Amino acid sequence: MNDVILAAENLTKEFKGFVAVDGVNLRVRRGQIHALIGPNGAGKTTCFNLLTKFLSPTRGTITYGGKDITAMSSADIARLGLVRSFQISAVFPHLTALENVRIALQRRRGDSFDFWRSQKILSRFDEEALSLLAEVGLSEFANTSASELSYGRKRALEIATTLALNPEMLLLDEPMAGMAQADVERITALIQRISANRTILMVEHNLSVVATLSNTITVLARGKVLAEGDYATVSQDPRVVEAYIGAGHG
Amino acid sequence: MTALTETNGATMVVERGNGSMPRYQIAIFLALLALSLAAPFFLYPVFLMKVMCFALFACALNLLLGFGGLLSFGHAAFFGSAAYVSAHAAKVWGLTPEVAIILGTLAAVVLGFVIGLLAIRRQGIYFAMVTLAFAQMVYFAALQAPFTGGEDGIQNVPRGDLFGAISMSSDLSLYFVVLVITFGGLLAIYRIIHSPFGQVLKAIRENEPRAISLGYRVNSYKLAVFILSAGFAGLAGATKAIVFQLASLTDVYWSMSGEVVLMVLLGGMGTVFGPLVGAAVIVTMQNYLASFGAWVTIIQGCIFVVSVMLFREGIVGVIAKLIRRPL
Ligand SMILES: Nc1ncnc2c1ncn2[C@@H]1O[C@H](COP(=O)(O)OP(=O)(O)OP(=O)(O)O)[C@@H](O)[C@H]1O
Ligand SMILES: [Mg+2]
Repeated sequence: MNDVILAAENLTKEFKGFVAVDGVNLRVRRGQIHALIGPNGAGKTTCFNLLTKFLSPTRGTITYGGKDITAMSSADIARLGLVRSFQISAVFPHLTALENVRIALQRRRGDSFDFWRSQKILSRFDEEALSLLAEVGLSEFANTSASELSYGRKRALEIATTLALNPEMLLLDEPMAGMAQADVERITALIQRISANRTILMVEHNLSVVATLSNTITVLARGKVLAEGDYATVSQDPRVVEAYIGAGHG
Repeated sequence: MTALTETNGATMVVERGNGSMPRYQIAIFLALLALSLAAPFFLYPVFLMKVMCFALFACALNLLLGFGGLLSFGHAAFFGSAAYVSAHAAKVWGLTPEVAIILGTLAAVVLGFVIGLLAIRRQGIYFAMVTLAFAQMVYFAALQAPFTGGEDGIQNVPRGDLFGAISMSSDLSLYFVVLVITFGGLLAIYRIIHSPFGQVLKAIRENEPRAISLGYRVNSYKLAVFILSAGFAGLAGATKAIVFQLASLTDVYWSMSGEVVLMVLLGGMGTVFGPLVGAAVIVTMQNYLASFGAWVTIIQGCIFVVSVMLFREGIVGVIAKLIRRPL
């Protein structure tokens, strides 16, 4: 299982002369947990936006599962099984936690253009939605509207929603930012568990989480790949240490 | 079960349940129906029919604005062109009123498809501007086209015989036809809001990037709701043309687009019953203040400003908040 599932070649994004992502080459191997780290403003989120076509790259190509997806739309990339989460908690605030997850489960029906049917038929997804909520520790909040959840719980809800699609590959942008320690542990364990038959590319600032979870780490600084390897290699790389200290990150 | 939620400072009552209409909402619908059945014996049927047509128009816009999150500032295009087509069909082609209304509605659906296709590619205020621009084009078309009667409009449209059999010449008999159309429209819109499609629509309104990241091709949903909304706006306009026996430039004018937005905001956008209340208030006001002439517009403007400043959720939105139940 060592084949490359997601590859970016010379990925570049310029914003009015400012180069946020600069010739990045990235290979994520199937079945791995691959971490993307780097100081604030390094271009990690921009990379995610490019890989999922929320932004169009200025240059470069993206291949997923051997297929060139550089010209595809975001929604179609998600349909291929490459699903992202967002750095800023992305929930549907005025829907309940259960409904949030159900929106993702509903994708299994294909498109939902049936405006003449009652939404009662969606209740067949309730049981599964509840078990996904249980996985992230949100059982008791099933009927709470998402906007009432604490920040950490919104993140957990977002993960449950992403998992509901049962994606082949997940891109998680700081999934644990703003979570309490107990939740960090639960979500770390969850990510470990779900990674069994999936590939995960994850941005995370919590280095102990990165150390625990990831097989490969790519370090990004000022839009460029600075170093790549396992945790031991990367954490000892003087350029990496310098980039973090130079950015006042620690 | 219900609750209040707070996002970006705006409050909204969240609905929980399996999707069947809650009992108190059924009660409200039935009460409205009972009132509407009794009303023409106490109030002018023509006035009531006007309220109903505008209520349906406002509900159509609310489907797009309150549930699709898209502000159209050109809905008069659908209301007005359906009115012209229905008036033309009844007068020139001599078709029965129900066929005329259906043709008018279909015209609005086709126009909704064309304008929607071009408008949904824009976001927020640009979307509103594109819809306004197209509505202005429809207005000029109505002003110039040979069959619309220019400044005069299409007058003396015959009400005809329903199904070619039942005479609609009495206001009262037409009233009950309009009642069926309006309630049919309202229930259909209610179902759309509470369908699997409606659920996706709400998700797009709440967080479009997230909906995309889950694999929803959001533009198709936006187009679909735009066409549906245009269709119901057309149904309202086509019916109105038969009721007043008139289709005129007022129906396609931009102020008509603005008025219906006002009705939705005043009543409470994103609520089921808000647009009905908004339409009733505005139409009643226009009726009773008619003697003030141009002042009506100014009074209307003031009410709008006050309502936006005092209660952003609209009349029904505020009541829903007080009783902690979605209305
Ligand atoms: N739409 C945009 N227009 C202009 N500049 C942008 C845009 N998006 C991001 N940038 C800039 O690109 C750089 C990289 O931003 P990005 O969000 O990718 O960083 P990041 O590595 O995710 O940082 P963080 O750890 O803070 O999340 C930043 O300097 C940012 O200001
Ligand atoms: Mg980021």
